Amino acid sequence: MKRTHRLRWQAAAIMTVAALAVAACSSSSSSSSSPSSGSSSSSSSSALTASAPGITPTTITIGSHQPLTGPAAPGYSEIAPASAAYFAYVNAHGGVYGRKIIYKYLNDAYDPTTTASVVRQLVLQDNVYALFNGLGTPTHLAVVSFLNSEKVPDVFVASGCECWNQPTTYPQTFGWQIDYVREGKILGQYVKQHFAGKKVAFFYQDDEFGMDGVKGLDYEIPASMVVSKQSYVDTNVNIAPQVAALRASGAQVVVAFSIPAFTALLKLDSLKLGFSPQLVVSDVGSDPITLSGLLEAFAKQGGATVNGNQLTNGIITDNYLPALNTSDSWYVLFKKIHDQYEPKAPLDGNFFYGMAVAYTFVQAMLKAGRNPTRADLVSTIQGGLPQGPVVSPFAYSSADHAGATGAYMAVIKNGVGVQQGPVLITDTSASGPITTFTGTQPQAPASGIPSP
Amino acid sequence: MTMGTLPRRLGVAVVMAVIVWFLSVKLNTFRDYQIAEVATEVTAVAGLTVLTGLSGQISLGNGAFMAIGGYTTALLLMHLNWPFFAALVASGAVAVAAGAIVGVAAARLRGPYLAGATLMLGVALPSVAYAWPGVFGGDQGLNVAFTTPAFLGATFPLTRWQAWVSTAVALVTLVLLANLCYSRIGRNWRAVRDDEVAAALDGVNVAVTRILAFVVSAGCAGLAGSLLAIVTSLVAPGAFTITLSISLLTAAVIGGLGSLPGALWGSLVIVLVPTYVTDVATSHGLSSSVGSNIPIAAYGVVLILVMLIFPQGIQGGLRRLLTAFTGPDPKTRTRHDASAAHVTPSADDASASQHEKEGTS
Repeated sequence: MKRTHRLRWQAAAIMTVAALAVAACSSSSSSSSSPSSGSSSSSSSSALTASAPGITPTTITIGSHQPLTGPAAPGYSEIAPASAAYFAYVNAHGGVYGRKIIYKYLNDAYDPTTTASVVRQLVLQDNVYALFNGLGTPTHLAVVSFLNSEKVPDVFVASGCECWNQPTTYPQTFGWQIDYVREGKILGQYVKQHFAGKKVAFFYQDDEFGMDGVKGLDYEIPASMVVSKQSYVDTNVNIAPQVAALRASGAQVVVAFSIPAFTALLKLDSLKLGFSPQLVVSDVGSDPITLSGLLEAFAKQGGATVNGNQLTNGIITDNYLPALNTSDSWYVLFKKIHDQYEPKAPLDGNFFYGMAVAYTFVQAMLKAGRNPTRADLVSTIQGGLPQGPVVSPFAYSSADHAGATGAYMAVIKNGVGVQQGPVLITDTSASGPITTFTGTQPQAPASGIPSP
Repeated sequence: MTMGTLPRRLGVAVVMAVIVWFLSVKLNTFRDYQIAEVATEVTAVAGLTVLTGLSGQISLGNGAFMAIGGYTTALLLMHLNWPFFAALVASGAVAVAAGAIVGVAAARLRGPYLAGATLMLGVALPSVAYAWPGVFGGDQGLNVAFTTPAFLGATFPLTRWQAWVSTAVALVTLVLLANLCYSRIGRNWRAVRDDEVAAALDGVNVAVTRILAFVVSAGCAGLAGSLLAIVTSLVAPGAFTITLSISLLTAAVIGGLGSLPGALWGSLVIVLVPTYVTDVATSHGLSSSVGSNIPIAAYGVVLILVMLIFPQGIQGGLRRLLTAFTGPDPKTRTRHDASAAHVTPSADDASASQHEKEGTS
């Protein structure tokens, strides 16, 4: 009998501690997690109310999943701090109708299972109003159904996958940057026109990102020109076999749909083999400052010294954001905010991207009204948004959730992408023409904050 | 004695189930999700702690068996529309079959060689998903559709249902493992672990005993993989990297090798510490480059601290504290008592093996 008592006591102790542990962990957050039901409708229609989960009279809380560590961190880890810097600027200049934006971004290390976990934390525990700029194709695919079933606006995904544009399946989800099919078509047309008669090979990430890009390339580049297609997975940095196969194919032009780390590896592994094709790299993998830093860091690991800027010279790419030069009004605005709020970060393409997408979000929130629900944000974006810092118009409508529709070609010279020719716009179909954008991009507002 | 142990184990399981039910109803839906994560982890760690702690075989490849279970569930739900519980059982069965094949090879290897071979399995197997992207979905994996049953109503939170299902599976697994540990099979495992030659002289078939431990552990990992698939709604190779296998072993060691309650402690640490530390780091306004690396550092610090303060894991430390508090109980020295103390198998296990050693020396 005594023995059973002792056992029961032990069991009780164990389980009490377990229960306490779980409860203690939740106590830190339970205060903020209660759904904002207390919107005891103020009589004045213009008063700020807690109109939706994540919105209080004084704050708007939004969340994101970002690769702050792991294979995609080099370059991309700068994006969320850049968005946060822009939000800090907006908050310091009156906020969104007086509400301050709280931007909570969690690290998923570019691993889809971690993404699933952190996004549930943001939605179920932190009660974010919207998921903003979740980064990565394989990662975001892991949560897109969950976000839509929870009816959380899933805005401006940081990926050009065509898959975000499915308004009937994923009514809450919106792309922002140019999708990889459009990008592939624009790059493909350039290759077809400028490298006629040469041997072309593709190097791409083995997922929707790379495959969408290849789809666009195949629409434009005749199959007779393509001598090899090599893919890589982002968890395996040994791409020597693929590079050897590219070299063996005799390719004179290699078109890459790769993240920055793998563009750098492609360049370095090619150098080792004395293989120097003309590189044509999609925008996401070609930011000159990120690339040059990665090239120098990787070479150093291998015991060599290289000049990053020299190696990136001559890479052909495209861009849907203005070039980083001092005469552009958007660059001037973003540099001002950069110098004030995040001066230590490099002001490169990734940083510019983070600011630009944050600008579009503030634009959408201002248009959505003083007391927006989640549905209001979705219908606002479907009503169309001004292009703002993007060089081409957005495609947004109730039937189209894709973002930017065009880009311009560029060649990297001394660490800067120099624009080649006009802004080109197109659609995602095989036969859709590629035309010159005839409008002009608006100047950045003097206040730095979009008008509703 | 043995007559009474099964009802008591069931009783403990029922009490645990009630506690989880209470927590799942009281806490928010994200906590439900974490309960589901912990239960999944417990299922896998319990199998590993039995394999390593009782039969003395170290496996760094149990993440691979989780992958087998996860992909089996995903494919069965997707293509054949099986009910989840059928897919769960099938996942366990497929992992058992794979475990038997690997176990036959593993039974010939010892110590670091076995760890090396299973490490290879853990590294290589998830890459199969890249080899046939048409079947396994390549890098981005397969989405798993799992919904709440209709009788719970449309507004019932999915995460709570996930928490209930995974807790149920974890508790059934724990009860079965606890029974196994104190059966003849469990005694054979310990005998083989302590001295293979002596065990063989006593008529224990060493190879079969070792393979059986491997099979049981693989089956648990298969069930855990199946749970992971429905909890995260996704199976992708990124989930089953070698880091997963190592974190399972870490959980087993932190909790206390060979101890089933230890599997719970270890899983709580592995699942909750990173989230908690991230919350603390972000709320103190650390820069993202520092904040994002702190969970990894915290993980290391916890492992080092536990090993320094409680060399036998959290369960070992708790037992020591209990002994210091209640004073040594003379009855714990008897084998009779050991077989009854089902709540803390490692305690019995330790004292039993100590007893055996004293007997043989």
